Amino acid sequence: MMDKKVLIIGGGPAGIETAYSLALQDVKLVLIEKDADVCGNIKNWDKLFPDFKNASEVREKLIRKLEHPNIEIITNTEITKLYPEGNSWFAKNDAEKIFEADAVLLATGFEVFDAKRKEELGYGIYDNVITSVDFEKMYKSRKILTSEGRVPQRIAFLNCVGSRDEKVGNHYCSRVCCINAVKQAIEFKQLVPDSKAYCFYMDMRMAGQFYEELYRKSQEEYGVTYIRGRISEAAVTMDNRIQIKAEDTLSALPMKMTVDLLVLMVGIEASAGTTLLSEQNNVLGLYGFAKPLGLYSEDNMTAKSGLFLAGTCKRPLTLPETLADARSATTDIIRYLKTTK
Amino acid sequence: MKHWGFKISKPRVLDFDTANLDAYNRLIEKVPSAHRCLMCGACTATCTANLHTEFNFRNCHLMFRRGQFDGLAEELDKCMLCGKCKLVCPRGVNTRAIIYNLRIVLSDLNYKKIES
Ligand SMILES: Cc1cc2nc3c(=O)[nH]c(=O)nc-3n(C[C@H](O)[C@H](O)[C@H](O)COP(=O)(O)OP(=O)(O)OC[C@H]3O[C@@H](n4cnc5c(N)ncnc54)[C@H](O)[C@@H]3O)c2cc1C
Ligand code: SF4
Ligand code: SF4
Ligand code: SF4
Repeated sequence: MMDKKVLIIGGGPAGIETAYSLALQDVKLVLIEKDADVCGNIKNWDKLFPDFKNASEVREKLIRKLEHPNIEIITNTEITKLYPEGNSWFAKNDAEKIFEADAVLLATGFEVFDAKRKEELGYGIYDNVITSVDFEKMYKSRKILTSEGRVPQRIAFLNCVGSRDEKVGNHYCSRVCCINAVKQAIEFKQLVPDSKAYCFYMDMRMAGQFYEELYRKSQEEYGVTYIRGRISEAAVTMDNRIQIKAEDTLSALPMKMTVDLLVLMVGIEASAGTTLLSEQNNVLGLYGFAKPLGLYSEDNMTAKSGLFLAGTCKRPLTLPETLADARSATTDIIRYLKTTK
Repeated sequence: MKHWGFKISKPRVLDFDTANLDAYNRLIEKVPSAHRCLMCGACTATCTANLHTEFNFRNCHLMFRRGQFDGLAEELDKCMLCGKCKLVCPRGVNTRAIIYNLRIVLSDLNYKKIES
């Protein structure tokens, strides 16, 4: 057993997977989570892309991984201050409770883009404009309904909300929302087979394994219609439906369409904790994400010795990518613990 | 009549070997952000002019980029330079400056054609 201790900040998939891999290597650690429950953002997902696996199965598996004598879990504790002193690291919450460790892993993850910031799309103003996260929550009960309780006959998904948009300061692509729109459009068509589902996109980014296949399937088997054009604004009609304006760029014609429900595919932004703790340690990168030391073999390290990164606190990642990244961070942390005295 | 972005009566292809693709550089000199346009069409969708006329700013920009100048100047006259398109552009393209400068470049090109 190593006499060194590691502190993991953030009990999402990245934090849990690293905790488990470290514990197996005889490292003692404390995992600190600000919410009452662990698992991070995947708490909100029902089925996962691209294989429609139940997110609850993944969560149960992750939670079981935490049942290890080397792992101490502390929930309801938000770290707001992180600093090194000598060879040690210290983390504090607002109640000034102090945690000390030899190395720290930042696994503070992401938050979804607040769709209210795109006022022209009407989120928070019109009841029948929802986000992809709202869709997931509704889908848990297998009921996708309008605010009046009607079954939508026509639904539209809008990609790139809060991503690839200079107006909100995010130039980057969030990488998960195109495939998530394909997944949700299929889920909707399964629930309401005689409905019409439209997906508005600027580019369909289907680079992951099985993504292109799912995209094909959505067209072939479910008749999802893809329209290349960015919706510029949404308005409400007399009967509380949503009228959207876009250009169908492939026919070069401006278009309008009335839908029962508009779903905004919100992007990934750095979480408040990610930005705050990175800033305090001079490892703040672009757009509020934490900055790794390098792009290649140094992707889990930072410019601060003893401070490591895993998961979406660095950039948008899918769940499998996050888990792989967590296991990769483990190697660097163990090497560090073995070589520092 | 529907405007399809091309003329049905005159069969044509975009010939990149003979098209005047260099004229675009003159626009870029004045409006470097034009390069960033990813042709998403949000500007066209929101355009005030296309409430009353058939006007597609994005397509005008693309046609100019491809060296297709036929009828473009008349098309651009429909724009009121209100700048609404600039507000929605996700790439921060200075749309209004494109229209303004296209008008200048296009009239310049015609002038040269008459001269020679
Ligand atoms: C709409 C949407 C749908 C998605 N669907 C899928 C899918 O179907 N399949 C897939 O592969 N991927 C999906 N993803 C991506 C997936 O959610 C992420 O890859 C995964 O959640 C990243 O895990 P993480 O641990 O890095 O971050 P998070 O899940 O964000 O976890 C971070 C944790 O850190 C905690 N934390 C933050 N700050 C502090 C602090 N200061 N102190 C203590 N704790 C803190 C948070 O409370 C949270 O529990 C989706 C993403 C989005 C946006
Ligand atoms: S993954 Fe698709 S929807 Fe999401 S930001 Fe990238 S291009 Fe836009
Ligand atoms: S909104 Fe901007 S990026 Fe989109 S087509 Fe218009 S000018 Fe190009
Ligand atoms: S500036 Fe011209 S192209 Fe842009 S919205 Fe106004 S009228 Fe339309």
